[in-house]
Amino acid sequence: MNESLPYKWPEEGNSRIPYWVYSDPRVYEREQERVFGGASYSFVALEADIPNPGDFKRTKIGDRPVVVVRDTDGGVNVLVNRCAHRGSRYCYREHGNAKEFTCPYHQWTYDLTGALISVPFRRGVKKQGGMPDDFRLEDHHLEALKCALRGGVVFASFDHTMPAFEDYLGPKMLGYFDRVFDGRELSILGYSRQRMRANWKLMFENLKDPYHASLLHVFLVSFGLFRADNPSQVQMDEKTGMHSVQVSRRGEQKASEGTREMRQFDQGLRLHNPEMLQPVPEFPGDATVVMQTIWPNLIVQQQSNTLAMRQIQTLGPEVFELHWTFFGYADDDDGMTMRRLRQANLMGPAGFVSIDDSEVMEAAQFGLGKYPDAEAVVEMGGRGVEDQDHMVTESSIRAFYDHYRNVMGF
Amino acid sequence: MTDDPRLLRYEVEELFFAYVECLDEGEVERWPDFFTDDCLYKIISRENFERGLPLGAMLCEGKGGLKDRVVSVTTTSVYHDRALRHLLSNIRVKGVANGVIDVQANYAVLETLTNEFTTVFNAGKYLDKLVREGDGLKFKEKLCVFDSVMVPTSLIFPI
Repeated sequence: MNESLPYKWPEEGNSRIPYWVYSDPRVYEREQERVFGGASYSFVALEADIPNPGDFKRTKIGDRPVVVVRDTDGGVNVLVNRCAHRGSRYCYREHGNAKEFTCPYHQWTYDLTGALISVPFRRGVKKQGGMPDDFRLEDHHLEALKCALRGGVVFASFDHTMPAFEDYLGPKMLGYFDRVFDGRELSILGYSRQRMRANWKLMFENLKDPYHASLLHVFLVSFGLFRADNPSQVQMDEKTGMHSVQVSRRGEQKASEGTREMRQFDQGLRLHNPEMLQPVPEFPGDATVVMQTIWPNLIVQQQSNTLAMRQIQTLGPEVFELHWTFFGYADDDDGMTMRRLRQANLMGPAGFVSIDDSEVMEAAQFGLGKYPDAEAVVEMGGRGVEDQDHMVTESSIRAFYDHYRNVMGF
Repeated sequence: MTDDPRLLRYEVEELFFAYVECLDEGEVERWPDFFTDDCLYKIISRENFERGLPLGAMLCEGKGGLKDRVVSVTTTSVYHDRALRHLLSNIRVKGVANGVIDVQANYAVLETLTNEFTTVFNAGKYLDKLVREGDGLKFKEKLCVFDSVMVPTSLIFPI
């Protein structure tokens, strides 16, 4: 996969993004190798997805299928969904409970750690065939990933030399992460999935660009949920800029200097069910929105009281899926659960807000996909990659590509 | 309430056909008229429904919730043009008790984006509760349980 690519990053550096990164299959292959398959922790599950011993779920890291399973001792294992024999997918169900995994093809059977425990016809049939005498079960373990658990969230890496997850995030990003995953038991409210005809990086860019929200999202802007004139921050991790957060506070539904240029702003818009947007403060501090992007596949969403993990899975250079897990806490009362479900109308495939994003990401792909030699201009808020105390900036997009270029060798 | 099951079946079918006609003809503003004021409308994946998970892709509480969705579709949301067409089958009255008529039906929604072939956008079943209001039937509860967890791009219009 180390073939050289016929591309050179624009001389301007991080303030330009060449469009070949969104469509070239060779770039995509290198991303599978280095971004998703390399030195990174990918989100794979919430522990609440698999509460009991033997509970499992299938997922993907980039486009590589894995199985996340709760072990008999309470630990979590992440195993590649590829039989050690001839490579068949052995786990057929999306989720469930198993005592062991048996590949249906030749019934090689593994325990929940991925250790091979039996192979039929190992000694042959009627003294014919069978495995060689030196065949050892312990030589044929399912490929297991390095796992990291924090606050009820499961991450995994193909790279077994990874540092601790806490060092990977860095103190600033860890603080935002722990704000939501504070040790309380989580409870799953449900799953949603979307398939988008766009490159996966456009999803990250969408979350790392808070300034589009004030212009694109009439709903957010008109109801003051997220707006360029609300007090906000954009912050990156200390080391690389690969992780970031956008933080904001709810404003009012009134015109201001900022709204003059928000052509879609509608001060007269009213909801028939305003309770949908009445949040209850539940986290320390005054931020009402914290959107955290964790390299390479996760967005942690806290918009008012709606909490969700958004996991990116890739299907090719121009297609990705967004897998949403909406959750609350096990100690939520019925009122809070209902509030979270109500506010979930903002997000997901039918979200009052996220519909715009999904449609616009596809429009971006349709626009840039066939012009690999053209490039994006990313100069809002300057050309640097520093933290900002406002949202009229694209600095965390630049920081993301700074890291991306290092990883990809561009 | 009519005692004649054939007449009831005719009334139920008329309601369903008028409902999908409203959506297919792009008259989403009239969509809330098919519901009672205290209605519940929810689109939920079969996965969540069968696992007992409450999250819906779309949740509208009462006619106000429906009207907010109409505002989103007609005013605030940004999306590509499309034509939608509902196909209905197997409309069945499952039971009548205390003035509430339980109805189940299959649906498929065909979607046609500009310069694209027509595709099956969403398919599933309605699990509905109907009541008589004035001289007609209305939806008191409409649950759309869709088969594929995966939604192509966005679910913009009600089903």
